[in-house]
Amino acid sequence: MAPPAQSQRSSSPSQPSGKSEVSDLKLQLRQLAGSRAPGVDDSKRELFKKVISYMTIGIDVSSLFGEMVMCSATSDIVLKKMCYLYVGNYAKVNPDLALLTINFLQRDCHDEDPMIRGLALRSLCSLRVANLVEYLVGPLGSGLKDSNSYVRVVAVIGVLKLYHISASTCVDADFPSTLKHLMLNDSDTQVVANCLSALQEIWSAEATTSEEASREREALISKPVIYYLLNRIKEFSEWAQCLVLELVAKYVPVESDEIFDIMNLLEDRLQHANGAVVLATIKVFLHLTLSLTDVHQQVYERIKAPLLTLVSSGSPEQSYAVLSHLHILVMRAPYIFSSDYKHFYCQYNEPSYVKRLKLEMLTAVANESNTYEIVTELCEYAANVDIPIARESIRAVGKIALQQYDVNAIVDRLLQFLEMEKDYVTAEALVLVKDLLRKYPQWSHDCIAVVGNISSKNVQEPKAKAALIWMLGEYSQDMQDAPYILESLVENWDEEHSAEVRLHLLTAVMKCFFKRPPETQNALGAALAAGIADFHQDVHDRALFYYRILQYNVSVAEHVVNPPKQAVSVFADTQSSEIKDRIFDEFNSLSVVYQKPSYMFTDKEHRGPFEFSDELGNLSIGGEAADNVVSAQSVEANDKDLLLTTSEKEETRGSSTNGSAYTAPYDSSSTSVFASQTRIESEISNPTSAGHAPQASLGIDDLLGLGLPAAPAPSSPQLKLSSKAVLDPSAFQQKWRQLPVALSQECSVSPQGVAAFTGPQALPRHMQSHSIHCIASGGQSPNFKFFFFAQKAEETSNYLVECIINTSSAKAQIKIKADDQSTSSAFSTLFQSALSRFGIP
Amino acid sequence: MISQLFVLSQRGDNIVFRDYRGEVQKGSAEIFFRKVKFWNDGGEGDAPPAFNVNGVNYFHVRVSGLLFVATTRVNVSPSLVLELLQRIARLIKDYLGVLNEDSLRNNFVLVYELLDEVIDFGYAQTTSTEVLKSYVFNEPVMIDAARMPSLGPAAIFMQGNKRMPGTAITKSVVANEPGGRRREEIFVDVIEKISVTFSASGYILTSEIDGTIQMKSYLTGNPEILLALNDDLNIGRGDYRSSYGSGAVILDDCNFHESVHLNSFDIDRTLTLVPPDGEFSVMNYRMTQEFKPPFRINALLEEAGLLKAELILKVHAEFSSSITANSILVQMPVPTYTTRVSFDLEPGAVGNTTDYRESSKTLEWGLKKIVGGSEHTLRAKLTFAQEPHGNITKEAGPVSMTFTIPMYNASRLQVKYLQMAKKSNTYNPYRWVRYVTEANSYVARL
Repeated sequence: MAPPAQSQRSSSPSQPSGKSEVSDLKLQLRQLAGSRAPGVDDSKRELFKKVISYMTIGIDVSSLFGEMVMCSATSDIVLKKMCYLYVGNYAKVNPDLALLTINFLQRDCHDEDPMIRGLALRSLCSLRVANLVEYLVGPLGSGLKDSNSYVRVVAVIGVLKLYHISASTCVDADFPSTLKHLMLNDSDTQVVANCLSALQEIWSAEATTSEEASREREALISKPVIYYLLNRIKEFSEWAQCLVLELVAKYVPVESDEIFDIMNLLEDRLQHANGAVVLATIKVFLHLTLSLTDVHQQVYERIKAPLLTLVSSGSPEQSYAVLSHLHILVMRAPYIFSSDYKHFYCQYNEPSYVKRLKLEMLTAVANESNTYEIVTELCEYAANVDIPIARESIRAVGKIALQQYDVNAIVDRLLQFLEMEKDYVTAEALVLVKDLLRKYPQWSHDCIAVVGNISSKNVQEPKAKAALIWMLGEYSQDMQDAPYILESLVENWDEEHSAEVRLHLLTAVMKCFFKRPPETQNALGAALAAGIADFHQDVHDRALFYYRILQYNVSVAEHVVNPPKQAVSVFADTQSSEIKDRIFDEFNSLSVVYQKPSYMFTDKEHRGPFEFSDELGNLSIGGEAADNVVSAQSVEANDKDLLLTTSEKEETRGSSTNGSAYTAPYDSSSTSVFASQTRIESEISNPTSAGHAPQASLGIDDLLGLGLPAAPAPSSPQLKLSSKAVLDPSAFQQKWRQLPVALSQECSVSPQGVAAFTGPQALPRHMQSHSIHCIASGGQSPNFKFFFFAQKAEETSNYLVECIINTSSAKAQIKIKADDQSTSSAFSTLFQSALSRFGIP
Repeated sequence: MISQLFVLSQRGDNIVFRDYRGEVQKGSAEIFFRKVKFWNDGGEGDAPPAFNVNGVNYFHVRVSGLLFVATTRVNVSPSLVLELLQRIARLIKDYLGVLNEDSLRNNFVLVYELLDEVIDFGYAQTTSTEVLKSYVFNEPVMIDAARMPSLGPAAIFMQGNKRMPGTAITKSVVANEPGGRRREEIFVDVIEKISVTFSASGYILTSEIDGTIQMKSYLTGNPEILLALNDDLNIGRGDYRSSYGSGAVILDDCNFHESVHLNSFDIDRTLTLVPPDGEFSVMNYRMTQEFKPPFRINALLEEAGLLKAELILKVHAEFSSSITANSILVQMPVPTYTTRVSFDLEPGAVGNTTDYRESSKTLEWGLKKIVGGSEHTLRAKLTFAQEPHGNITKEAGPVSMTFTIPMYNASRLQVKYLQMAKKSNTYNPYRWVRYVTEANSYVARL
């Protein structure tokens, strides 16, 4: 049939939205509905095609539902399929009419032809109508037992569809355990793969309310299941292989032999032409070897070539996905890739999102031996026709300069940029020279000579102008004209639109004044007057502040405005290492492409299966938020290296070439809204179970308004903790990331305590009796690591604790973070006294 | 898991739209298209293949002017979704013979059938043409091949090799020949994309070959075949770094399609495979070993008096005279203050086009053909609106070049033979082995 005419393609409201066409179709369908004339199927096909094409364009053809169903009595499979497609699309908005289709779909579910059975079952489950679920259970049950694998493949996904329409119907029919049985026994690998997908979704959703489901979910990453799937890996389709590998990446081997067995088994997957399989395999390798530093490094070496091959084969889109992952690896271990820098050179016809990644990688891998070549290459890009990339190239040169010890040659290059007389090049270079001077003041002489030649009239961009003004202020004693340039800038105060520039101008004039008072006095007066009259609040305030402090005492003013400076040793990283670790944990996902952890761009219900157990990096999580009990299996995790987060590992490797071991302050952009606290509700609903923590019961009574005197028992400390504190792991994680460390202490553990330390389970139980709850734990003798939390009895104020205990030295290191910093030392006392009583009966 | 999948035309019309999970609002196609269209407004360049708008992740690949898009709310593997989209595009091409807007519009019901089987409730099920054949019932409606604009590598072979039936590569894997019988044939294409950067002095700064051995099989019964490559093929650098000049072909790395068995690859460089129906890459490889670039580029830009400059561009074909390169385009950005360019071609030059694109300040020189061993020159006079700030070579260039050279491969990797494992006297399908080299990024700096 001909493609729909142009006018019909538009679905804008001003158009007739195909109403007349739809009623036309309606008539024609009616005529054909009862007809048994020869050739009627062909006419129906044409009509159906029209209906579907309207549907695709966005014209509402739901009014044809009745007619479509009437025409559906046919043995023509192409017609059937079109009809199913239509019904699946509109059943949800026509639940009553959808009932009409149940009949023929159910009949088709018993057809002789397995294909018809499969198709009908798929369509039946796609209706998405809640009041029809009773009709699904029977056909699904027989579909799962069907002798034909196609029908079973469809039925398994059908179960998942049913779960999304009505979870209780699905669970009541015991479908999850049927799927589990199929997963472990079916001969068809697609059935197995679909069971795995379905069970991951179902059990993850159920796990929030059911202890059993959460156990089942954990069981998916148990050794028998993982080995069963791994042994059949090559029978799976490439897409199913990705699914299995994603699961294997979550498996924590018990013995190190297993690690090598798994890696040997999967070695050839690295040569797969499908990038998704390769990346999933790499994720397994990386996660398995986290605790084995040497092997982990070998993995990087091993995966380099396959990744580079994938980057250069396939479509630009595919290669971008792989390149993003290569990027994160390069950023983590630049020294491993330093000899491959030529692969990161930009090609002139690459899209800018690719170039941007490559520039960052070039910056990261620059070291003593390759800097010259890299900087030469980057300078070529600076003249690029693509101006945003040219700018980034210049910034890259600057960054390399800031991370090198020998910046001699690079400074010359930067100064050459200034002489290129292209506006944007000059602007970027000025900003860089400023940063460079902050780190290497010894270069001021050379730089200032060049900067002095730049006319401030040619610099328009606020950032660049601010940088130039900063240098004028900072080095006014070396720049002959500085006071006069500043003066002319002050004269044009009103034409300066950027508040940032005006702020810098105020400060620069002040600095200049301290160095060359007679020449600057006029300019300073004018600047302060203009500043105080400024409509911008910050500018006004700063001018007023300068004015008053000058009035008070000039030497104090100098001390405040222009104190002797120390060279900046390291500029803060834009991303904290915790965020970076988090992204690395989510390798082979969008987190890597977006360069943000998933919680920043995904709603909670869409985090995907197992996301929950990914919380807190590779520490296992204990205790469901709902019941506040440390579940037994959480502490059985046997990862030998639980104690180290990946960033710590990098530090212990001690090979960070560019001094990035520096930990940046917590990124404010990483904060997100806390999960709502349910503490108060749970306290109210459990007033009688206040139990073993006597001091907490007072708080609860008070809360219930019983009017009891809330006098603290004299012997107990001032701070009272809630015995019913609730904090779910993701909220914990967010808080931990967000709050600064309030207290960091080391204390010793009593000999009895050490003796009682038989495993990581004992301490949480003890601490809980002191209303301090364990949220995650792990480790092996002699090192154990715990995350605890506690809440104040009267208010929702949390204390978070990281406690590392070394039993051989009998020492405990405690880091405390608190919502209410003022009480953190009181809490620390409480925590330590609780800890000191460990092991004492 | 994928929530929706749709294909948009260049103008943003929905050609097919399939919602698998009902988690993403219906207007997603419009949101997506608007975002992609106006991405560049922020000076950010093209929209990346994956981006997030209000919690919905949009993935897209561009194939033959069409946008294949998937949406999801879940943090999925981007590589998996993009590979899958690419595969779906290829699958549709296998079925329809040609992939473009017309063929898709004519066959959208078939495409819906395919999409239903390839993905169920957002999970990839199968992308194998054989498996799908038994579930897909619509017959592809062929569009008139003569009206079709020539596309990609297929077009090259039509010109370069007369024996080849022009439409061969564009036929559907499911359609029958007019006679009702399928022609038994198999195509093996060695396609190499080369990237070379020359320094201003003509020295090679970087060079790389990204190759792929592509296969398209129309064999019934899926017989096992053997594909033999050069004996002297080596994989992995390091050990062989010094052996340039020994004549051996040294690949840095390669990967293989699932169906390929490498049992005897280490011994005799033979790949054994049962080719699936349709088009697929048997092997991808990457080579950074030095090779002889097919073209030398010489560019000379000199000031010639006030507000004037003269440019001489020379292209020399370094390959054998029995080979002809096609559709050559040389581009060079000139200083932004250039107002006029006048061109002067060699006497007797045929099939040359010259153009100065004011908007991008780029001059373009197109050549239909270049025969091996020949040299071509373009002279141009540039007129400036202002005086240059100094060195004009810093304000112009680099020269970039695109071309395709049929029956030529830079790496010297060869398919020595293509054999059916089970020999039978009566079964002797057509076997086509073809080579082509294309420029990926071929750049000379000034």
